[in-house]
Amino acid sequence: MLSRVISGDGPRSPVLTAALLLILVVLAFAPFLFSGAQPLNVAAKICVFILLVASYDLLLGYTGIVSFAHTMFFGIGGYGAAIALSRLGPSWSALALGIVVAIVVAGLLALVIGLFSLRVRAIFFAMITLAVATAFLVLASQLSGFTGGEDGLNYSVPESLRPSFRLLEQPVFGTVVNGRIVTYYILFFVVLAGFLLLLRIVNSPFGSVLQAIRENEFRAEALGYPVVIYRSIASVVSAVIAAVAGVLLALWLRYTGPDTTLSFAIMIDVLLMVVIGGMGTLYGAVIGSVLMIIAENYLPAVFGKLGAAAAGIPFAPLILSADRWLLWLGILFVLSVYFFPTGIVGKLRALWQNRKGGAPQTRSARAEHEKE
Amino acid sequence: MSEPLLTLEGVHTHIGRYHILQGVDFAVPRGSFTVLLGRNGAGKTTTLRTIMGLWKASRGSIRFAGQDLAARPTPEIAASGIAYVPENMSVFSGLTVRENLILAARSGKIDDTRLEWIFSLFPAMQRFFGLAAGTLSGGQKQMLAISRALIEPRDLILIDEPTKGLAPAIVANMIKAFREVKNAGTTVLLVEQNFMAAKMLGDSVAVMDDGRVVHRGAMAELAADHALQHRLLGLHMEVHQ
Repeated sequence: MLSRVISGDGPRSPVLTAALLLILVVLAFAPFLFSGAQPLNVAAKICVFILLVASYDLLLGYTGIVSFAHTMFFGIGGYGAAIALSRLGPSWSALALGIVVAIVVAGLLALVIGLFSLRVRAIFFAMITLAVATAFLVLASQLSGFTGGEDGLNYSVPESLRPSFRLLEQPVFGTVVNGRIVTYYILFFVVLAGFLLLLRIVNSPFGSVLQAIRENEFRAEALGYPVVIYRSIASVVSAVIAAVAGVLLALWLRYTGPDTTLSFAIMIDVLLMVVIGGMGTLYGAVIGSVLMIIAENYLPAVFGKLGAAAAGIPFAPLILSADRWLLWLGILFVLSVYFFPTGIVGKLRALWQNRKGGAPQTRSARAEHEKE
Repeated sequence: MSEPLLTLEGVHTHIGRYHILQGVDFAVPRGSFTVLLGRNGAGKTTTLRTIMGLWKASRGSIRFAGQDLAARPTPEIAASGIAYVPENMSVFSGLTVRENLILAARSGKIDDTRLEWIFSLFPAMQRFFGLAAGTLSGGQKQMLAISRALIEPRDLILIDEPTKGLAPAIVANMIKAFREVKNAGTTVLLVEQNFMAAKMLGDSVAVMDDGRVVHRGAMAELAADHALQHRLLGLHMEVHQ
């Protein structure tokens, strides 16, 4: 049953399984496990980024497409919800309209970019997506009457998603189940469903074709698969899921601006999360998002305390102060790419495989190598 | 001689500024096993790639079962009933043997009878069915690449140097498998450097040099004429011993 839910694509490492289960449980019960706004904000951001990064992994890890326009689709989702809610009022129908328009716009834009640009070599496609994303960012900043410009848009969400709303009269485990918690669980379940859908896609025959294209597009064409069409479909699916992630972030923040959805800093973060977690695994999106977002939110405080503790040691405050956390994150990234080129998930799977001494088939295949 | 299934007439192919194929003419009779021979760099692989549309012919005609292939995209050519086995053990290493085979089945499903036949030709495919293709040995990868072409009945199979770099025992096994394919009536165009293998399998032969076909005829004739072999292919007597 569980195997069917995850499309037969398990973590294939006990350590990874344990880590993923822990993440699932913590995210599922986050509103009841932690007090205060920050932990719930971090948990919600992790949920949104798991979906965003997993959708990017479909492009980069499974299809071999390097795109810098992924945050553009994320932004389309965010602005779709934001513009609809701010213009039409905080109703479910306005939100639904915003979601539909965002999904259609993101899908069509991805299709147009794909059909026109996916014929060219990977580096040129990456440059085209960079140009389109830059143009979109400028457009969002300039059309202030529509998008709120650099300031972005603040808006109200439907009543049952507001902090003042009470779903249950009595607190549960000491926590009042208000509209924020309802919003969090909407995020959580949409992300869970989206992630399982992506698992289903990459383990379907369509997913096999994408992986074949990633490995060798000429061979895939020679088998009868039109590469541009398949890449474009992958692009559209990825863009639509990124737009859904954008809608979720817009609902959580009740604010959408260029810095929260469209900035290149987010694009770089998404890339780092995929690479650190492990490309072409989907589970890497979970690990990468959790590590990066926790680091971004808690490392400055940790380094602040370390810096204060090491105040008497020469040069220590220079390298351990609160604003040096990014330097250490950078060093960690370089080391992780150097030592774990297949990402954390790839490394954990390889370690488990080696510990088992290779799969039984691998052992017999190796033995037959002598003969064949 | 039966009616040709595939006919190339005056086919020219340019790759960048290089004029590789300079007017290739030959035919592959239906139901035959045709071997394309020639020295390294003669244009054999380019010929197969041009038939598949992976390189576009700049001039000439390629007719397959009455249709002109020259202007068609590769996926359409593949869908018209031509399977292509490129050189160098071309499998999708991240996918399992099973997934590699399913990819090649246009319906997305594998016919059990066909699969049993493939397992009888290459038993290693059955043993490693669920294993990632990247972990197979060179010979097993080549068997998988050929199995992919056989997973469905095709009108024509193009195979590029299947025995290259393989141990003699595996080459012998492969020749045995090709004989079965031939007996099943499949039309095959095989590029091969191993003349012994070519001689055992071929009904007809085309020899290429400098981007042109310099000899066409029955394989038996070439096999019997050592002087012709020496002139066309630079082969010496030891090849036949």
